[in-house]
Amino acid sequence: MSVTAQAHVDDHAHDHGHHHKETFVTKYIFSQDHKMIARQYLITGLIMGFIGIAMSLLFRMQLAWPGESFPMFETLLGKWAPDGVMDADIYLALVTIHGTIMVFFVLTAGLSGTFSNLLIPLQIGARDMASGFLNMISYWLFFLSSVIMVISLFVEAGPASAGWTVYPPLSALPMAQSGSGMGMTLWLVSMTIFIASSLLGSLNYIVTVLNLRTKGMSMTRLPLTIWAFLVTAVIGVISFPVLLSAGLLLLMDRSFGTSFFLSDIFIQGEVLHYQGGSPVLFEHLFWFLGHPEVYIVILPAMGIVSEVMSVNARKPIFGYRAMIASILAIAFLSTIVWGHHMFISGMNPFLGSVFTFTTLLIAIPSAVKAFNWITTLWKGNLQLNPGMLFSIGMVSTFITGGLTGIILGDSTLDINVHDTYFVVAHFHLVMGISALYGLFAGVYHWFPKMFESKMMNKNLGYVHFWITAIGSYGIFFPMHFVGMAGVPRRYYENTAFPMFDELTDVQVLMTVFALITAAAQLVFAYNFISSIFYGKKGPKNPWKATTLEWTAEVKHIHGNWDGPIPHVHRWAYDYSKTDENGEYIIPGQDFVPQTLPLQEDEEELNH
Amino acid sequence: MTTLLVLVVLVLVAIAIWQMTKMFEFAQLKTNTSEIANDTDNKYNGYLLFAFLIFIYGITIFSFWKYSKVLLPEAASAHGGEYDYLMLVSFIIIFFVQTITQALLHYFGYKYRGEKGKKALFYADNDRLEFIWTIIPVIVLAGLILWGLYTWTNIMDINEEDDPLIVELYAQQFNWTARYGGEDNVLGAANVRMIDIDKANVLGLDESDSYAADDIIVKELHLPVGRKVNFKMRSQDVLHSAYMPHFRAQMNCVPGMTTEFSFTPITTTEQMRQNPDVVEKVKRTNALRAEWAAEGRPNSDPWEFDYVLICNKICGKSHYNMQMKIIVETEEEYNEWIQSQKTFAETVMVADGQVPNFNPAEAETAELSYKTQD
Repeated sequence: MSVTAQAHVDDHAHDHGHHHKETFVTKYIFSQDHKMIARQYLITGLIMGFIGIAMSLLFRMQLAWPGESFPMFETLLGKWAPDGVMDADIYLALVTIHGTIMVFFVLTAGLSGTFSNLLIPLQIGARDMASGFLNMISYWLFFLSSVIMVISLFVEAGPASAGWTVYPPLSALPMAQSGSGMGMTLWLVSMTIFIASSLLGSLNYIVTVLNLRTKGMSMTRLPLTIWAFLVTAVIGVISFPVLLSAGLLLLMDRSFGTSFFLSDIFIQGEVLHYQGGSPVLFEHLFWFLGHPEVYIVILPAMGIVSEVMSVNARKPIFGYRAMIASILAIAFLSTIVWGHHMFISGMNPFLGSVFTFTTLLIAIPSAVKAFNWITTLWKGNLQLNPGMLFSIGMVSTFITGGLTGIILGDSTLDINVHDTYFVVAHFHLVMGISALYGLFAGVYHWFPKMFESKMMNKNLGYVHFWITAIGSYGIFFPMHFVGMAGVPRRYYENTAFPMFDELTDVQVLMTVFALITAAAQLVFAYNFISSIFYGKKGPKNPWKATTLEWTAEVKHIHGNWDGPIPHVHRWAYDYSKTDENGEYIIPGQDFVPQTLPLQEDEEELNH
Repeated sequence: MTTLLVLVVLVLVAIAIWQMTKMFEFAQLKTNTSEIANDTDNKYNGYLLFAFLIFIYGITIFSFWKYSKVLLPEAASAHGGEYDYLMLVSFIIIFFVQTITQALLHYFGYKYRGEKGKKALFYADNDRLEFIWTIIPVIVLAGLILWGLYTWTNIMDINEEDDPLIVELYAQQFNWTARYGGEDNVLGAANVRMIDIDKANVLGLDESDSYAADDIIVKELHLPVGRKVNFKMRSQDVLHSAYMPHFRAQMNCVPGMTTEFSFTPITTTEQMRQNPDVVEKVKRTNALRAEWAAEGRPNSDPWEFDYVLICNKICGKSHYNMQMKIIVETEEEYNEWIQSQKTFAETVMVADGQVPNFNPAEAETAELSYKTQD
């Protein structure tokens, strides 16, 4: 078996104990070590996250107090907020870049990039990624694309502002919108580089999981985190290239006068030459990535939550195989539901019927996951660490947000709530907040692994969780009502419609919650940074987990294990397993590490 | 003033956070100071999880109590009733599932909070349970899918039966124009390449097409109650979406193609103004607007209810103010109105040298749209 052979070669290569001489540059900057790359991803992702959240606060303030003058706006937005009153163009730009940053830079790269890199080698028992060099390139391409995206904010005519979905013709014609000039070009360049980064990363994850598992680590003994990362990477490889094609064709329409997406346009007093293209084609291409993308965002969070929840419940995850099956089912279905974003795009209504069918099917594996998580808690011995609380919170928001998907996925019901705040509330809960909770759960849980046994302050963690939990519902629950009242998203202000006047109250309420919740993230930032430097050191395996990462050296060394790579003898979820007499397998210890061989008379109950 | 308020709130939040940290710290004074949750943490956070369940129910009840009134009034279109009913049933299912699952999740979080020495149950699998909670969603969703698809097919079946009124909705940055087929109820051919602003041929109608001559171009949509309307949507520049929330109707307007939607308005504007929900809403809104007027804010005149067509696909700077009034009236009122409108032939296809006279009340707005709006 090649897996075993590879593992052995690796074993020997490192047993000779050769060490590289590392300089500051190779260790902290152009590092090829997966643990360092994971940290780089995390910190870059968090910085982008703070930029994205700050933007959302600006436009939330505009929505609550439309046309009000805030000196802060003038400070931050300069000429885009004359006398502190936000300009309508920059409002759209903020919305656009907020969406782009949060979806791609924080929840794709920051979440999947961080934890795939950190956990894949450590949990499957590998010395490093299959290709450390590609891994390094992947991070630096991500970094480059982040820099370009941030630079695009400072373009004279403004950054891209056609919404994060950048539908042409709005995004293609600089005369349609000022942001569709240089800002949009930079957006496309940044995203192109981002896609390259994501593909390099994904291919690396897939190869590593398939080839570098240690002896005994069969696919059905993998922790669910790894399953989630693997499947996420596969969906990424399938769908990101399609976004690249959409982006390239858009770039050609913009720069070389082709007509892939444009036709019959009369703007600013003249007819343009474009003929025969269709914006609907762009929508198909965009959502062919766009929909799998939301699963690229949520699957790693689901994997993390499954793992963290099981560890802290001191119970095996309920229905391990059903969890894998549902990840696979979600991944498969995710690639054939993109049309539910396009029910009223003008495409054939029959297509709408097909997409309604596939979309509502996705609710089934999602429901299975939710029920399995709940059952995992049942009769557990729940250790309510901050990571655990975020995991429970994730299930809560995933259910609340997921249920309204039944409305939006139904082509009939979508007609009147399409593109309203109902959609905004739905996806923020189900993928935004849920995925962020997954990210936080992961950060609190694996912080000791990432920073050599230093631990984050739990009390600040509790404060962070509880304010965030209340705030998230406070922002997004009332938002459903705003949507049901018919308020369209991406409106600079709602004052043009007296029918929306009485919703001003709700807007203020949501904005106040948003400000409070954002303030709680500062608590997290403080906790994170101070813990890196002054965090209390905990034990080597602080959460008493069975998985391999906690057997690796506390000190970050290249190759992860000082000695030979550990071999695996059981699945990852032997928590509170007992023999016939009701005694733990290892007396006095409620978990059995994966490295421990099956004991005499012990049944291998890996379902 | 508001900035000050925001600052005050932020400061208060900061103090609250500081206090909460202290509280959590005091709660642990007597135990060890490790960063791993101990029994005290489990206890407090377990209670908090239970409290959070109550919070979720609370915010649900609060939102319904406080915000139900802001929702759209009953549907003003024939298919709208069916739409609202399907929505109601879906919501009942959703709230049923939401109430139960959140209760289980948080109650388990509270009930099974960790204690030193407690033994968790090794419970890894149960095929029957998993079968049950796979099959129940399958059945419920199958029902919803079939019902939804049946309704969808009915709504989207756009045909010429029952002599529908043919109306074109024409979108451009940042306004709407409507075109009626006129006497023959047939729209003349049109393409943006035939737009001639100098002659006020703003929709690009084919002047040589005889069907176009009697077309009527207006800036206010009038619909006769009880007659099916087939809308043909066009856009001249970017994507727009024709959203008519009161009629549960929406369709994107796509440059380069014609999209369609069809509905039958069943409630006139006058009737809708008498609807108790709408009367209440107007009253509340006008009370608010009176307050604003007292503060000297612009845009605070009293409001009278009207149906609207609004743009619901991001289309540029003034996306937030792209609307057209819709008036649903009796057959007689509609006929009277349409008779008073000038046809395309009367406004545009006039002898050279004469100044074209596009339907007067609206002519100004129509022209404005060709200047760059700012």
